[in-house]
Amino acid sequence: MIQFNGIHKSYQTGNNSLHVLKGIDLKVTSGEMVAVMGSSGSGKSTLLNIIGLLDVHDSGDYYLDGKLVKDLNETKAAQLRNKHLGFVFQSFNLISFKNAVENVALPLYYQGVPRRKRNKIAMEYLEKVGLTPWADHLPNELSGGQKQRLAIARALIGNPKVILADEPTGALDSVTSQEVMELFAQINKSGITIIIVTHENDIAHQTQRIIRLHDGKIEKDHKNGHYFHHSEDEKTV
Amino acid sequence: MFDIDKWQEIFNTIEKNKLRTFLTGFSVAWGIFMLIILQGSGIGLQKGVENQFSSSATNAIWIWNGQTSKPYKGNKPGRLITMKNDDYDFLKTHVNGLDQISGRYHVWSNVLAYKKQSGSYAIRGVHPDYQEVEKLTLLNGRFLNENDQRYKRKNVLISKLVGDALFKTEDPLGKYIKINGIPFKVIGVFVDDDGRDDNMQLVYISIATAQTVFGGERNIHGMVVTVGDANEKEAKKIEDDIKTKMANLHRYDPEDENAMFFWNSVEEFTKFQKLFASIRLFIWVIGIGTIIAGVVGVSNIMMIVVKDRTKEIGIRKALGATPGSIISLILQEAVLITAFAGYFGLVVGVGLLELVSDYIQTPFFREPEVDVSIALGATLLLIIAGALAGFIPARRAAAIKPIEALRDE
Ligand SMILES: Nc1ncnc2c1ncn2[C@@H]1O[C@H](COP(=O)(O)OP(=O)(O)O)[C@@H](O)[C@H]1O
Ligand SMILES: [Mg+2]
Repeated sequence: MIQFNGIHKSYQTGNNSLHVLKGIDLKVTSGEMVAVMGSSGSGKSTLLNIIGLLDVHDSGDYYLDGKLVKDLNETKAAQLRNKHLGFVFQSFNLISFKNAVENVALPLYYQGVPRRKRNKIAMEYLEKVGLTPWADHLPNELSGGQKQRLAIARALIGNPKVILADEPTGALDSVTSQEVMELFAQINKSGITIIIVTHENDIAHQTQRIIRLHDGKIEKDHKNGHYFHHSEDEKTV
Repeated sequence: MFDIDKWQEIFNTIEKNKLRTFLTGFSVAWGIFMLIILQGSGIGLQKGVENQFSSSATNAIWIWNGQTSKPYKGNKPGRLITMKNDDYDFLKTHVNGLDQISGRYHVWSNVLAYKKQSGSYAIRGVHPDYQEVEKLTLLNGRFLNENDQRYKRKNVLISKLVGDALFKTEDPLGKYIKINGIPFKVIGVFVDDDGRDDNMQLVYISIATAQTVFGGERNIHGMVVTVGDANEKEAKKIEDDIKTKMANLHRYDPEDENAMFFWNSVEEFTKFQKLFASIRLFIWVIGIGTIIAGVVGVSNIMMIVVKDRTKEIGIRKALGATPGSIISLILQEAVLITAFAGYFGLVVGVGLLELVSDYIQTPFFREPEVDVSIALGATLLLIIAGALAGFIPARRAAAIKPIEALRDE
């Protein structure tokens, strides 16, 4: 599903160059649920953003669903994101003036689905994450856990192959974190690949595989013994 | 191009961001409103004064009798100067560049009567050319002609006001009215349209008749000549020519300002035209200033709006919005708001002018109206400005990487 061969990424700030990813080799197969761990500033978000086509890498090859990602213009990248990827952020990133249904339905707007139809589909997804009663509420009327479930519904509605979540439980208490992780597990069971960035061990341990970043390189990449796996794909580099 | 879903998305955004919409709309509506009011008032003022001039020829030189104030060749000051029919003949034959010419003989107030109706009106004796000079409009009948003058016919041209007062519903043409007990036949009815009543409180008869009936001998109270399409300079030259010749004829000091009076309407009209050119220019400057202020206002607000929406743009991009769709979303919103607000300002401005023109009816300010093409042009300009003002930051926002737009600040 996702393959990195020697990916490098640096940030330019003024005259300084910060080398964040120093040659990442990585393969994530379809249907996997992976956690990316590492200390703060180790490049986890950078890695996820490159996978998500929200940012571009400097060198190396990136294959998304078997196709080389290279010299994408913004329009092409937007279409790929819309078709293949769903995002969940630590800070939810909901549109504040749109209610729950409208927020969930937005990816379908960019797929050209007519309003009536996309709102109907959005209601189905709200039901999946248990938010039907809050359909016409604005984001600021929802709790943190509800917001994140809303964001997950939005990430799912476009029928993505991969869900990318950057510290999805970072702003939640342990009980709601658990709810969110259960939701991810369910989604993963339906065959969707999930990559979760986290620095919490008990979150990471609810996935099949943990990748540890350190100093811009993959320090460790191992199967998670505790996880009950439902698929028998190869899971190593 | 027309995409119902996109418009719904835009209406949705507008509806939920009322303050922002109001601010953008207000600066546009205000600009257009001010432009309309300025334009309308300027036109009203101009029309008022033009109307004052339209009541008589703008190419005339008026001459009145006076009294000398300087001694000249043995004559003491204080001598009355009175024009005679000879002066009329003299001007006609000795001055070049004259088009029409007429004397005026006034009888200030006299009783006019028809059957049981009567009223007191002024009587003016004039030459046939006078109709052109005073720009009288004939409602029916004819003006005084050469035969009326030559045979001193007792024919009279009455104003509509006099006709209505004496004849009520009867047709005055061909009927006889008594002036000072003497019957005069009504040959025509006129209006003199400058919004003032006193130019209608009178009747015209031929000057020869007036001199005979009212004991004027060969005296003339005033004279008026027109100078064709002479410009200000040429008219001044003709005026000076008449002045010199009159001073010579009546033997007074050519420098004496009081011996006879002159009023050159070409000069006055040119002055007013210049005044109006500068008023127009002033209105344009203010108008353009208003529009520029509107453009700057719209630009500023669009800039803020786009900055405000950077994060939203980032989210939309992460969800699959292309740069093109982002730009068109912001632009169409800007265009919609400016167009609507511009139209609103236009309607309110025109409405106010209509209202005001019903209340203000002085001869100097009439029929304020708006050049709709200017108002529409200005609205269009503001729409383009709004679009442009939105386009530059929208394009920048659409071009930045989604991750930059999404970053928390
Ligand atoms: N846009 C950027 N410009 C400059 N430096 C950046 C930018 N984004 C991230 N960094 C830096 O890159 C390093 C890695 O960032 P990040 O991938 O967000 O780390 P993590 O998510 O693991 O905490 C950090 O030192 C961060 O300050
Ligand atoms: Mg991070």
